[in-house]
Amino acid sequence: MVEKMDSLQHDVLVVGGGGAGLRAAIAVARDHPDTSVGVISKVYPMRSHTVSAEGGAAAVISPSDSLDDHAYDTISGSDWLADQDAVEILVENATDEMLQLEHWGCPWSRDPDGHVSVRPFGGMKLERTWYAADKTGFHLLHTLFQTTLKYDAIIRYDEWFVTSLIVADGRCQGVTAIDIRTGEMLSIGAKSVVLCTGGGGRVYPFTTNGSIKTGDGMSLAYRAGVPLKDMEFVQYHPTGLPGTGILITEAARSEGGVLVNNEGRRYLQDYGLGQPLDLKDPDHPRKRTMELGPRDRLSQAFVKEREAGRTFEGADGDYVELDIRHLGEREIDRKIPMVRELAVRYIGIDPVHDPIPVRTVVHYMMGGIDTDTRGATSLPGLFAAGECACVSVNGANRLGSNSLTEILVFGARAAVAAVDHASRVSLPSNQLLESSARSEQSRLEATLLRKNGAGETVSGIRSDLQEALEEGAGIFRDEATLQRTCSTITDLQERYEKLVLTDTSRTFNTELVTALELGAMLDIGEAIAHSALARTESRGSHQRTDHPDRDDAGFLKHSLAYQSEGNPTIGYKDVTITRWPPGERVYGNV
Amino acid sequence: MSDRTVLDVYRYLPDNESEPTFQSYELDYQDNWVVLDALNHIKAEIDSTLSFRWSCRMGVCGSCGMMVNGEPKLTCETFIRDYDTQTITIEPLSHFPVIRDLVINMDDFMEKLPRVSPWLIPDEDKPLEDGEYLQTPAQVAHYKRFSMCINCMLCYSACPVYGLDPSFTGPAVLALAARYNLDSRDDGMKERAAEVSAHEGIWECTYVGECTQVCPKDVDPAGAIQMLKLSYALDWARSVVMPRSSGS
Amino acid sequence: MTRELTRPLPWNWWLKKAVYFQFMMRELTSLAVFAYALLIIWALLSAADAGSFSTFYTFLSSSLSVWLHLVILVLSLYHTGTWIALTPKVMVLWRGDERVDPGVIAGANSILFLMISGAVIWLVLM
Repeated sequence: MVEKMDSLQHDVLVVGGGGAGLRAAIAVARDHPDTSVGVISKVYPMRSHTVSAEGGAAAVISPSDSLDDHAYDTISGSDWLADQDAVEILVENATDEMLQLEHWGCPWSRDPDGHVSVRPFGGMKLERTWYAADKTGFHLLHTLFQTTLKYDAIIRYDEWFVTSLIVADGRCQGVTAIDIRTGEMLSIGAKSVVLCTGGGGRVYPFTTNGSIKTGDGMSLAYRAGVPLKDMEFVQYHPTGLPGTGILITEAARSEGGVLVNNEGRRYLQDYGLGQPLDLKDPDHPRKRTMELGPRDRLSQAFVKEREAGRTFEGADGDYVELDIRHLGEREIDRKIPMVRELAVRYIGIDPVHDPIPVRTVVHYMMGGIDTDTRGATSLPGLFAAGECACVSVNGANRLGSNSLTEILVFGARAAVAAVDHASRVSLPSNQLLESSARSEQSRLEATLLRKNGAGETVSGIRSDLQEALEEGAGIFRDEATLQRTCSTITDLQERYEKLVLTDTSRTFNTELVTALELGAMLDIGEAIAHSALARTESRGSHQRTDHPDRDDAGFLKHSLAYQSEGNPTIGYKDVTITRWPPGERVYGNV
Repeated sequence: MSDRTVLDVYRYLPDNESEPTFQSYELDYQDNWVVLDALNHIKAEIDSTLSFRWSCRMGVCGSCGMMVNGEPKLTCETFIRDYDTQTITIEPLSHFPVIRDLVINMDDFMEKLPRVSPWLIPDEDKPLEDGEYLQTPAQVAHYKRFSMCINCMLCYSACPVYGLDPSFTGPAVLALAARYNLDSRDDGMKERAAEVSAHEGIWECTYVGECTQVCPKDVDPAGAIQMLKLSYALDWARSVVMPRSSGS
Repeated sequence: MTRELTRPLPWNWWLKKAVYFQFMMRELTSLAVFAYALLIIWALLSAADAGSFSTFYTFLSSSLSVWLHLVILVLSLYHTGTWIALTPKVMVLWRGDERVDPGVIAGANSILFLMISGAVIWLVLM
């Protein structure tokens, strides 16, 4: 709990208490003890969605591996849309970040000789994924959270919801936020604000993402005039549990699990992902091949199989089977215990004895707030890192296990840039903070908190938005469906204006929170649909059936969605190419 | 498959009421629904004023702990089909102050956690260039179980000692102290002694053992506390027998 | 500010759940051990003097004393059982990276308890 003060101010204010936010906060507190740092989050830090990451974090460690290999895998995996300077920074800093976590106590899985273990992962040429069984994100987040407790300088605002950025004199000078417990609107002043608010998978109906992933930070930046980059690239994970969308980690496949259709065939061999090896072959699973192909290709293959009638029909939608039985009970319990735990609990299937039904599920947003490699946005004083940002290391398709690495590397870098900026500007005036909180309160009272009769409901608009995006901006898209989705979103934005809340309490008003989240979801839904409509090519996770080929001449570019009156404006900027000229993505036995 | 059930839900709206009440919601549920699905159904379709915390709905974020028919449960892991009672009673976790409806105040835990220094305290700092601290799988296994705590507060809700005396440090915090004490990379046992081996710490625990029973992640805080009692007692005995080698 | 609701435990909290009740029984049965300790102290104090020892001896032979001993035996056995059940929590043994089964530890302690008790009975009866 924060002591009540007339004005709350920090040199650096981090928004979001997940992996990127906590890493940023530690970077400030440890390396700049004189700098005051706040962490504001709508949930307690250990509830942040980093906690759900399972498989691992990529960093070169084995002698046979190289930074160039990691960079190449990442860039080819991104379908050449990643900025190569950013990727080089990612791979160069990855190992130190993993070691740093180890030194902070992260219980990485170990080899018998005491060194950290690594496992292969989809689209990666070599074993370079560090893991803590299959609860890597959980251990990473709790290690970071517990490490932050060491620093008294880190002031936390738990369960505060940020409603807007305070922008004055052309720079970001803090945020307005509601203390959810009391319902009070307050301003927190800051010389630098770092957004680490995660993605927004909840704009889709079927997602691995927790309820908190509603794109709040992306929307804050978007409303402040900062563009959202590459929003059309939405990652579908190939293996989610039907019904709930709970993630079955890619580690299940990197430990040897295989995907099988209703004819018992390992169907990925029909999609240019190489030939299957026998399960007893010591080379199985082969890297960058079959089940260890990239997620975009695997998810697209699932849709094609479904269209061909080769998926199983289930009460919760069509599925294929993920078979890990050949690993045996002991290996499963040692390497991927959570897979078993989740399958047994949520669908009543013990993967030791039966294959797991799985289907594609929205998992990650490659796009986000446009930043440079230091995490700086186009708005002075505003920085971003993690899934909410697009730096861009993931381009058109992220490789599994690069995101945990990204939050650490770029969380720490954004902190450095934020501290640097903070050293050159002054804190906002109390007058600015007070007037910002007052006008934000008036805005809410004039909209969401007005008390007049029946109108639209949060759940009604939200489910219509989710359906519209899945219909029009799913794994395969075309102009007609995208047009429809764009116009539906316009309608939904009008309906949002008529939203009426039933809950008029100030204390812990979760209906108000979900309404504010819905506002953010509409923003990023709009950016996704319009960016997807404008990109008339197919690349990575963005597959246009009406434009099936990659078009480097026209679209080796990042799209930039700017909020404007009516539809967003879509601009473009070039991809940074350093050493890896665009080539064909080749997977399979080569 | 769908069936009908009644959820009797604890309501407390401090802005309007001074006393809590129970509100009944009758609804159809699917066979694969957990209690949290029912609460979300209520919030979306029946009563948007009902307040509760949740996020990951896969048993790892620790947000959605509540009393279900009097037992502390993660509601995202508790299936309605497993209850054959006519109504299922949902209340906020016991022993914590209620902020509103099913939302409890866990400030006490958040204040206690840092006191036991739940971070790695190595003997000497090792530069990153020297690589990782070596740790065999067996050494990991010694503390791994106690590192699995998701801070869901179910153990506090099951602990009558905490219910009677909120100054008790409590199961989850002490289990995390044990997690670091047992880590081969850590040398902070003595530093943690003042908080952990205190009257309000491990010695307040009378070993009811219910914390371990209700733990959804099989952390065994009761076991952790008994191990801590043994190790701090031995440490004390050593300091009596060999005062000079005890280091303090 | 918000008004939070505190919910103190009712006095009969330990009657509301079998586990809590068993816990209270475990705590209460320790009184039996205490009672027997008093008995032994009495025995020691009266050992110095023949007169008071015969009073003590007379008490021991009374039917009240036999019943008391039986009750204390039952309560002490229950109490001992709870302690043996607790031993695997304190004595955590490892075989490589696998924990020795708690049942084995509790079992070994039970056997040890029975052997020592047997030896004591044998010594006394000799």
